[in-house]
Amino acid sequence: MQTAISVEKIRKDFPILKRKVRNDKQLVYFDNAATSQKPLQVINAISDFYTNHNSNIHRAVHALAEEATQAYETTRDKVAQFLNIMDRQEIVFVRGTTEAINLVAYTWGRQNVKEGDIIVTTEYEHHSNIVPWQLLTQEKGAKLEYIGINDDGELLLDQLDTYLATGRVKLVAISQMSNVLGTITDMPEVMRKCKNAGVRVLVDGAQSVPHMKVDMQQLGCDFFAFSAHKMLGPTGVGVLWAKKELLEQMIPFHGGGDMIREVHKYETTWNDLPYKFEAGTPNIADVIGFSAALDYLNNLGMDYVRNHEIEITKYALEKMSAIKGIKVYGTKDILKRGGVISFNFADIHPHDLATIIDEDGVAIRSGHHCAQVLMERLDVAATSRASFYIYNTKEEVDILINSLDRAARLFKL
Amino acid sequence: MSSNANIYHEMIVEYSRHPSNFGKIENPDVTYHDSNPLCGDSIDIFMNISDNKVSDIKFNGRGCAICMACSSVMTEIVKGKTIDEVKKIQKDDILGELGLQNLQAVRIKCALLSLKVLKYGIYTYLANKLNDTNADALKQEASALY
Repeated sequence: MQTAISVEKIRKDFPILKRKVRNDKQLVYFDNAATSQKPLQVINAISDFYTNHNSNIHRAVHALAEEATQAYETTRDKVAQFLNIMDRQEIVFVRGTTEAINLVAYTWGRQNVKEGDIIVTTEYEHHSNIVPWQLLTQEKGAKLEYIGINDDGELLLDQLDTYLATGRVKLVAISQMSNVLGTITDMPEVMRKCKNAGVRVLVDGAQSVPHMKVDMQQLGCDFFAFSAHKMLGPTGVGVLWAKKELLEQMIPFHGGGDMIREVHKYETTWNDLPYKFEAGTPNIADVIGFSAALDYLNNLGMDYVRNHEIEITKYALEKMSAIKGIKVYGTKDILKRGGVISFNFADIHPHDLATIIDEDGVAIRSGHHCAQVLMERLDVAATSRASFYIYNTKEEVDILINSLDRAARLFKL
Repeated sequence: MSSNANIYHEMIVEYSRHPSNFGKIENPDVTYHDSNPLCGDSIDIFMNISDNKVSDIKFNGRGCAICMACSSVMTEIVKGKTIDEVKKIQKDDILGELGLQNLQAVRIKCALLSLKVLKYGIYTYLANKLNDTNADALKQEASALY
């Protein structure tokens, strides 16, 4: 089955990859950690919804409402299947990872975190898994602590032991894969430590779910957040998964339509899970588009996705480490990192480098990647980042390498 | 259509490695700081004023080659000018020196951060030290730079 998949065939499903940019240069898209491109299947699913089925969901009895509701709810079942989740009621559709984490901070966090408590996160988190906890700990008089990283970009998990030993840790909020270093967190070890200490764990899966097989039952965490748009789906859709017992205890995040059972003048009772957390008309069309993205990844198989990225990343790391002046951040162990390469090139500022590379049609990211705490730890203002996905090729990596050579000449390295 | 072709010419690269008037002034008459949250460029500006003229100017901070080159050129233009002359400096005075008039929108902030800091610095000086009630126009101009 694996041999039947070809990158050429995959690329045909992504019309944007045929685009020319900047003086007729073929687009090379290496900014997948920011957002992935979308296949025709996803684009068509959204278009088909608005063309043929557009309706609000859950309320009306007419034909369109039934079709829309069914398509929306089918996506929930597909998410359950994709991540091996037993109970579909534990899957809450939100706008994205950021909203999912904020939902937990503003509901479970406010109910459970008290003065003197500790929330533990890591130095390689995205701002979305730092700022909500800063807001919460500041409000509650609690403390936010960080698990540091070593020079290979791997977590110093001994520090987690130290925090857990205080007996004050209420939550460990940790990403399964760093969006800058690509480091894959040793989740079994994190979970073992936290379970022994009886501490809840929130996992930011924004970078992991699109790129590797994630099994929620195997993982065993308490909260899990990810976004559709980094895994071929549309923007504006994400998922919060949480254990049912937690969701049941949690107060609603937003009040409004669809999240209620009965509303009276001065009191309201809540709808069943997961609707208690889906107030207002949700992003119906994009949830349905996400369904097509899940189908697409299921057809490929997540093993193919991971193996393809390992191959491209390995090739790129080899080529880049042969260039004098390039410093790659993060572990060299390909099995411990995803398809993300953050680097700096001599004294060329990442923004200048990205601009030069962009002239050759290659889209990479430059900046702090919403991870300023990590930038401070690495002692850099910014990095350049190339990140790969299912449609990227070694030939595209070669174009990046040529572009890096050109930058070296311009800056007289 | 804006383009980036050839913006990394000799002068830009040279300024990025050897910026003009780079450093600090102790106890300056005017100082101001700003940063660009999108890319992390960060600029401090220091000026001494005597006889209504900018007798000395330095900038400090870190940024990309475009930011460093434009900051350098700006300090070269400003040095020795009267406050009224400094108030009249326009973005094209700086971009023109470096051939960056057609810089694309996403990089314009890199080029104009130091000018924004300069204008805010002068505004603060006029408003606080000289109680100049007409200084607000300068503040508006600074905030409208990009």
